[in-house]
Amino acid sequence: MHALDAVATWAIPALLAGIPLWGYLRGVAVYEAFLAGAEEGLRVTVQILPYMLGILVALGVFRASGALDLVAQVALPLTGRLGFPPEVLPLMLIRPLSGSGSLAAVADLLRAHGPDSFVGRLASVMQGSTDTTFYVLSVYFGSVGVKKPRYALWSGLCGDAAGFVAALWACRWFYGGPP
Amino acid sequence: MLGGVWLVLIVTAVAVAGATGRVEQVTQAAMESARAAVETALNLAGVMALWLGLSRIAQESGLMQALARLLAPVTRRLFPSVPPDHPALGAVAMNLSANLLGLGNAATPMGLKAMQELQKLNRGDPEEATPAMCTFLVLNTSSVTLIPGTLIALRAAQGSRSPADIVVPTLVATAVSAAVGIAVDAMLRRRWARRGG
Repeated sequence: MHALDAVATWAIPALLAGIPLWGYLRGVAVYEAFLAGAEEGLRVTVQILPYMLGILVALGVFRASGALDLVAQVALPLTGRLGFPPEVLPLMLIRPLSGSGSLAAVADLLRAHGPDSFVGRLASVMQGSTDTTFYVLSVYFGSVGVKKPRYALWSGLCGDAAGFVAALWACRWFYGGPP
Repeated sequence: MLGGVWLVLIVTAVAVAGATGRVEQVTQAAMESARAAVETALNLAGVMALWLGLSRIAQESGLMQALARLLAPVTRRLFPSVPPDHPALGAVAMNLSANLLGLGNAATPMGLKAMQELQKLNRGDPEEATPAMCTFLVLNTSSVTLIPGTLIALRAAQGSRSPADIVVPTLVATAVSAAVGIAVDAMLRRRWARRGG
């Protein structure tokens, strides 16, 4: 674990110094190249802002209205049969929709059940093993003006569902079943 | 289709708010989310400029091409429609590496760069995603992660005795999620091609 921690700590500083140094040794005008890339970065950010605003507002009102809780009630019988503890159901619904929302849900579960409880570990693994599908889809496609995502949403959501089931299976295997 | 999802989310939310009497909360959430979106974008702007600045240097010095060659055995299979020496594969390789290391903030600018390169290869309707773009998206939404850094930090902050003991189960789950995502992607791509879409 120590080696991985060191990699995580040093990855960004190493890239920060290593890339310009390498470029300089290869004869690249490093500062000029950096500025050109940075300018492009700012342009892309402005380009994706409307998409980000659209998706975050829609998800914010969906959660605040109680519609998300209604969906959770409908889904409960199915996830219960698969063996998911009912506590993690809201997390499963928020995860594909909002990264910060689901991180808040995980923090809440860790606080309520303890980080080393089965629910706490399962929530951590579920959060860590997939990404925010709707958000990635709208921001990535939005940045290049793609409006018809074809089947990407469905394959993304299938990956999420498989990740959740695998998280439950892996947690049972590694920590023993829920008490 | 995204427009449809968006419309359904908003209209359902307002209808449910009317039925449950949470109209005030919806108004507040709408304003709050709009503000949060701009804040998120502003936070992203700095990181975005920094990483695209660095990645431009990496590109001009040949570093990105070298990384692309290193990951070529994987990316060539995943993206058969992209020419082997195209810059898109370099950006995809950088994005995958950043995701593997759990560098979420660094991965996003690389991912957006990869999308732009893939869009340059789009010979059909520029508003419709190409099969390569769909595959790339699935790789990102299932986010293969070696080090779930944020969660380890969160668990440590909540007093866990072994905050990092989620690493191996997370690796298993993330691998399954990516494998299923890619399998479904390949299946749907074939079916879509048959429909002539």
